[in-house]
Amino acid sequence: MARALSAATLAEIGRLRGLYPRSHSAVLPALHAAQAETGYLSAGAMQDVADALRVPLTEVTSVATFYSMFFTEPVGRHKIRVCTNLSCHLNGADDVLHYLCGRLGIRPGETTRDGRVLVEVAECLAACEEAPVLLADEDRCARVTPEAIDDLLGRLA
Amino acid sequence: MTPAPLLTKHLGEPGRDAIDAYLATGGYQAAARALRELAPDQIIEMVEASGLRGRGGAGFPTGRKWKLTPKREGEIRYLVVNADEGEPGTFKDRTMIEGDPHQILEGMLITAFANQVHQAYIYLRGEFFLGYKRLSRALAEARERGYVGRNILGTGFDLEIVIHRGAGAYICGEETALLESLEGRRGLPRAKPPYYPAVRGLYDKPTVLNNAETMAHIPHIVTLGPDGYRAYGPPILYSVSGHVTCPGVKELPIGTPLRSIIFEHAGGLRPGRTFKAVFPGGSSSALLTSEHLDTPADFDPLAKLGSMLGSSAIIVMDDTACIPAVLRRTVEFYRDESCGKCTPCREGTIWLSQIFDRILNGKGRMDDLDLLDSIARNMTGTCFCPLGESVPPSLRASLKYFRGEYIHHIQHGICDVAAAAAGGVRA
Repeated sequence: MARALSAATLAEIGRLRGLYPRSHSAVLPALHAAQAETGYLSAGAMQDVADALRVPLTEVTSVATFYSMFFTEPVGRHKIRVCTNLSCHLNGADDVLHYLCGRLGIRPGETTRDGRVLVEVAECLAACEEAPVLLADEDRCARVTPEAIDDLLGRLA
Repeated sequence: MTPAPLLTKHLGEPGRDAIDAYLATGGYQAAARALRELAPDQIIEMVEASGLRGRGGAGFPTGRKWKLTPKREGEIRYLVVNADEGEPGTFKDRTMIEGDPHQILEGMLITAFANQVHQAYIYLRGEFFLGYKRLSRALAEARERGYVGRNILGTGFDLEIVIHRGAGAYICGEETALLESLEGRRGLPRAKPPYYPAVRGLYDKPTVLNNAETMAHIPHIVTLGPDGYRAYGPPILYSVSGHVTCPGVKELPIGTPLRSIIFEHAGGLRPGRTFKAVFPGGSSSALLTSEHLDTPADFDPLAKLGSMLGSSAIIVMDDTACIPAVLRRTVEFYRDESCGKCTPCREGTIWLSQIFDRILNGKGRMDDLDLLDSIARNMTGTCFCPLGESVPPSLRASLKYFRGEYIHHIQHGICDVAAAAAGGVRA
């Protein structure tokens, strides 16, 4: 049967498995590796992780559906996570989120029609000294303004 | 006089996260001394004498925790460092991980040696992408230079360290949920007893489980000795944010009064604004008002006020903050992060959130105030873990100190803070 994950990712999962005394511990790292390749965790990708770690598929899906950073449906190529928790809330995060969603014509939790950007509300990103903050994929943006959002959207292909 | 900073002395220096910069300022010398000259028990005694209390929120004495971890011959033990920083308002661990990761690794090496542990895990918050890069590189450097791996510094001591990334779940900052997650499962907390990590932790084995900042204190205790270390305060990292002009991590002697932290060290409020309220220990701590500003930011004085030091996240609010809106956001956070295991937390946070929506949408009823308080009281002492227990303190404090704001919302259907901030007259 064809695998959803590449040989390289499966090899990486094999390496991750070796970091723990029990292979079950490698479920989270393996799901991170799988999602890094495929963008989201398809049924096939989760099956591959289960097979590679010799863990029941139900255990893998149970984990994949618990943690907010894992996606079991296709989502935008780019993920923008806007913190709206206390310190950001006090520093205008709601306006940031509103402006960003307005520019993209979507609501929080949605992906643009062209599949380019997913916008999510994030919980405290532990960068309150830079409020309001957002994560654009892996990059944190500090003291976000509407101009910074315009810039950011211009950069994301 | 504020003592010179100890943990944050070199923070912000360019290239500080690289091992050569760390070594150039005496880095890893504490670990070398510990491994070569000190017995494990001696180190534990030093840490206990230092008075260091865990910096993850609960404030349990670190030395005592280490003593509680059984050291049976031939039985495997683990060290797990909690770097799943997620308490709203807290950012000291992330700051140290990104800015001075070797300080945490050195603390881990000493802690592992003191507890005779050979396998350690750092549970790093999934959203810490930059922290993961920096810490991974630091770990690779430390391994290359012989501070991690086999036969460290030729002493025969072995230590492996693995960074384990979380994947977005505040509950995993709770230590037993963290261990579940590290074992590859959903982050649901375990029952205590019997699952105290010190005795039945990772894979049911004795586990030393400490916060990341706690690790950064350890090298200084070894270098300075308990008394020398205490002369620095002892130090603590306050994360100060919200409506202050100079937010950031402030390393100060523990027990510095809130007023001094906010108005001297964090630059005070924006021009023309007045102080309204403060969370002294993250959103899980009961909020306080101006009458409490002279309270020392320390475990016991804050506990006496029904609040707590927690993770020492000080979130400041000026007169533009709408307290019911702040509490709604707090309740939504716990609602969304509740793991769903126990009913008071799972259902209570949903009910509270619905009532807040009603009040803030102008459809509140006067008996909603009693209802909020009743739900909060019924969640107190009934939740399975500290997550649900974190909701009532700030909610009840807000009802006590800012009842008028709730009543205004209910009676007028609008927020008077918005009007006041726009230049209107404030009641």
